[in-house]
Amino acid sequence: MERIPILKIGEFLLITIQVDMHDQLAMTLKTDLTERVNKTGARGVLIDISSATIVDTFMARILGDISAMTHILDAETVLVGMQPAVAITLVELGMTLADVMTALDVEKGMELLRDRIGIAKEGAYARNFER
Amino acid sequence: MATKSKKTKVTVAETKVTHVKVEEGLTVALLKEKQKQLLDAWMDAQTNNITLREDLISIEDLRKQSVQFFNALVKAINSGNLEDISTPEYEPVNKILTDISRSRATQGFTPSETATYVFSLKDSILKFLQSEYTKQPDLLNTEVLLISKLLDRLGLLTFETYARTREEVILRQQKELLELSTPVIRVWDGVLALPLIGTLDSNRTQVVMQNLLETITETGYTVAILDIAGVPTVDTLVAQHLLKTVSAARLMGAECIISGIRPEIAQTMVQLGLDMAGVKTKATMAGALEVAFEMLNLNVGAKGKLKNEA
Repeated sequence: MERIPILKIGEFLLITIQVDMHDQLAMTLKTDLTERVNKTGARGVLIDISSATIVDTFMARILGDISAMTHILDAETVLVGMQPAVAITLVELGMTLADVMTALDVEKGMELLRDRIGIAKEGAYARNFER
Repeated sequence: MATKSKKTKVTVAETKVTHVKVEEGLTVALLKEKQKQLLDAWMDAQTNNITLREDLISIEDLRKQSVQFFNALVKAINSGNLEDISTPEYEPVNKILTDISRSRATQGFTPSETATYVFSLKDSILKFLQSEYTKQPDLLNTEVLLISKLLDRLGLLTFETYARTREEVILRQQKELLELSTPVIRVWDGVLALPLIGTLDSNRTQVVMQNLLETITETGYTVAILDIAGVPTVDTLVAQHLLKTVSAARLMGAECIISGIRPEIAQTMVQLGLDMAGVKTKATMAGALEVAFEMLNLNVGAKGKLKNEA
């Protein structure tokens, strides 16, 4: 079965969606990700959709769900790199994903996460980094 | 000359059977014998015409065009069909005429000047026919009518093409105007500004959205100020458009600030029950810029007088 690879960068998990996601893949991602967040204790998740040219309402909902679930697991999710055409389409479809954090690219996404999670707290950072 | 009249006498008997053949004989014969003279006469008529626009087209080019058109027309007439210009034998003629008409339209000729092109040819042909066949007034009559109709149709074709071309020009200019009127300005490192001027309908919103989002991708800037001081009326539809733009930008990771909200607009928004929650709004562009600096964690102040950071 196809799986979307989940990479670990420091305290964050990085997912790059490079193929057009079909429904099953999206659901698998949801499960995989929540398990991974739990296992690694990651504090942040970056989902990079800069290669996705098609994002339908199902996908958008899954992304919203992922954000909500990781939040419950004490991790924040940031959606990065949405293409202009995709943004316009989603808005026209009424999916504004208002509760999901977004950033222009992975770099800015990481900055955002660091701000949110307060990496300044040395203790927390060190602890998670060792895991 | 004698042989010619004999030919016509013979074909007169066939008039009732094949009407077309007689006419074909007259004009076609004329064209065969006097093609060059006819062309020259037509060129003369054109250059002496008061509607000649030497400022828009050189006599050389005019001559080239005329020769092309004339030759194509002769070929088409030779086929025997002088009635229907939608048949394949008239395709080259129509195409040349359409091209000429188009270029005239874009060059700035008036519709009359463009149509006169064909009508001047009609004049020349009729003059020739009259001088050649004064002795056969009946035949001349029918021939004149037929040729007249044909060239009238061609003249109308030029007129229609002209009108259509002008419409295309107008449409294209409208499109350009639309694009020009929605500029995206890089006002500071990380801040984009969109001064929206004029009515904001769904068409323009699409253009604005696209421009904005593309510029965000291009520049990597994450703050956009939408200034609506130049938008005369803001109703629920316009507000919806604005909110769509804000949402789309947000999905890409950029924040929007709406500025330039006049007091009347603020009143209208509240009265209409518009929910502008979640959207930062400021009265002036200057105010919006301050908010933008805050968002980007920038401290902008007079030299040597920046407040110490906490």
